[in-house]
Amino acid sequence: MSIKVQGLSKTYAKQTAVNNISFTANSGRIVGFLGPNGAGKSTTMKMLTGYLQPSAGSVELCGLDVQAQPVAIKKLMGYLPEHTPLYTDMYVQEFLSFVASTYGLQNADEKVKQTIQKVGLQAEQHKKIAMLSKGYKQRVGLAQAIIHDPQVLILDEPTSGLDPNQLTDIRTLIKTLGKDKTVILSTHIMQEVEALCDDVIILHQGKIVANQSLDSLKNEQGDFSLEQIFRKLTASTTN
Amino acid sequence: MYAVFKRELFSLLNSLMAYITIGVFLLAAGLLLWFFPDTSILDYGYADLNGFFSLVPFLFLFLIPAITMRAFAEERREGTYILLASRPLTDWQIILGKYFACLLIVAFALLPTLIYVYSVYQLGLPQGNLDSGATIGAYIGLMFLGAAFTAIGIFLSSVTKNQVVAFAIAVFICFIAYSGFDAVAKIEGLSFLESSLSFLSINAHYTSVSRGVLDTRDLVYFISMIALFLGLTRYALGGRKW
Repeated sequence: MSIKVQGLSKTYAKQTAVNNISFTANSGRIVGFLGPNGAGKSTTMKMLTGYLQPSAGSVELCGLDVQAQPVAIKKLMGYLPEHTPLYTDMYVQEFLSFVASTYGLQNADEKVKQTIQKVGLQAEQHKKIAMLSKGYKQRVGLAQAIIHDPQVLILDEPTSGLDPNQLTDIRTLIKTLGKDKTVILSTHIMQEVEALCDDVIILHQGKIVANQSLDSLKNEQGDFSLEQIFRKLTASTTN
Repeated sequence: MYAVFKRELFSLLNSLMAYITIGVFLLAAGLLLWFFPDTSILDYGYADLNGFFSLVPFLFLFLIPAITMRAFAEERREGTYILLASRPLTDWQIILGKYFACLLIVAFALLPTLIYVYSVYQLGLPQGNLDSGATIGAYIGLMFLGAAFTAIGIFLSSVTKNQVVAFAIAVFICFIAYSGFDAVAKIEGLSFLESSLSFLSINAHYTSVSRGVLDTRDLVYFISMIALFLGLTRYALGGRKW
């Protein structure tokens, strides 16, 4: 079990962003993290990485508690935050070398080169990050998450704002990565879930409303498309 | 820590801002020391640098917050702090990396002023009639003072998203720490506190180091000052909600 979440909650002053959720994820599977805007997807992901402190509950990655061993966890984990924040004043190669050096990687230059090839940034590698288009920035963001070959990959909307060609490239890449890693990705695109994910977790108002494999979810809900299932599960507003 | 230090230093050196602030600092120091009649060495008649050493702390008051204001405020605004936070680095590695990068820039700003030392050394009569012990002491004092101001600036940068706010408040707190306590000590009715208040002010310790005598009390003072503000920075980063 490479990700184990138990009773995880996050409360802000008046608002409960994440309400007592538990789930597990296994190596070699890609988990799609779905939910309407404001359902608590990004907050949950931030807690998985240890960036935010949970109000209650615990997260274990590869058997290590995220809050207790933050540095060890971060070596095992790659994270692409929402909106892909990057140091735009740096060059692509320079930025990835910086990232590699924070992990203390051996033969860092080689790793940077390989990663650039993996995400398809060869043509842009000498440019400043600020000059890149959205899709290429997204690739840089993905590159910084996978450069140290992590066992767990947490991707917050990895494909937002990409053109159809780039979409296919990035999806293929994620699919390949998912073969021997645990990947959790959030998205709003249902075709993407069908194309990529093995398991689906649907969040609604901070609670899990579905957590099963994609196939069993579809079987259970009968003839509906994934989009219809999603709308059905997240339609009720209890607030 | 070295990775953060290097990235911070390069990004400071890559931005025009560092050069402009250092340039303005050197220009102001040069004008005040050699040109403006009220403070000029040439009009003063004595070839020593005491005037310069009492002037630089006031220039540092503006130079250092200008260098440190972006350290954390910019990362917060741009949302890039999460990039650093998801690397296998402790908060201390991040803080110290940024701190030493800013401190090195302060040292860079001070380096060219060694030319003034040489010039004044040549101007003395007889040539070389300069108290070298006091000069070395004053430079050490300036570095300590700079180190304390940098810690204050880094802390203020970590509590706000807005660089201008970080700058303005850092200038104010540096000013209070530098000479505010001295000024308060002079208020009538507080005179019984005078010695303890002036012990708190950076000015008193800076003057003491500048005499060329390195006292452990001064050393302890500066180190605790730096530790206090970097500790507060750690606290501010720990309670993040952004």
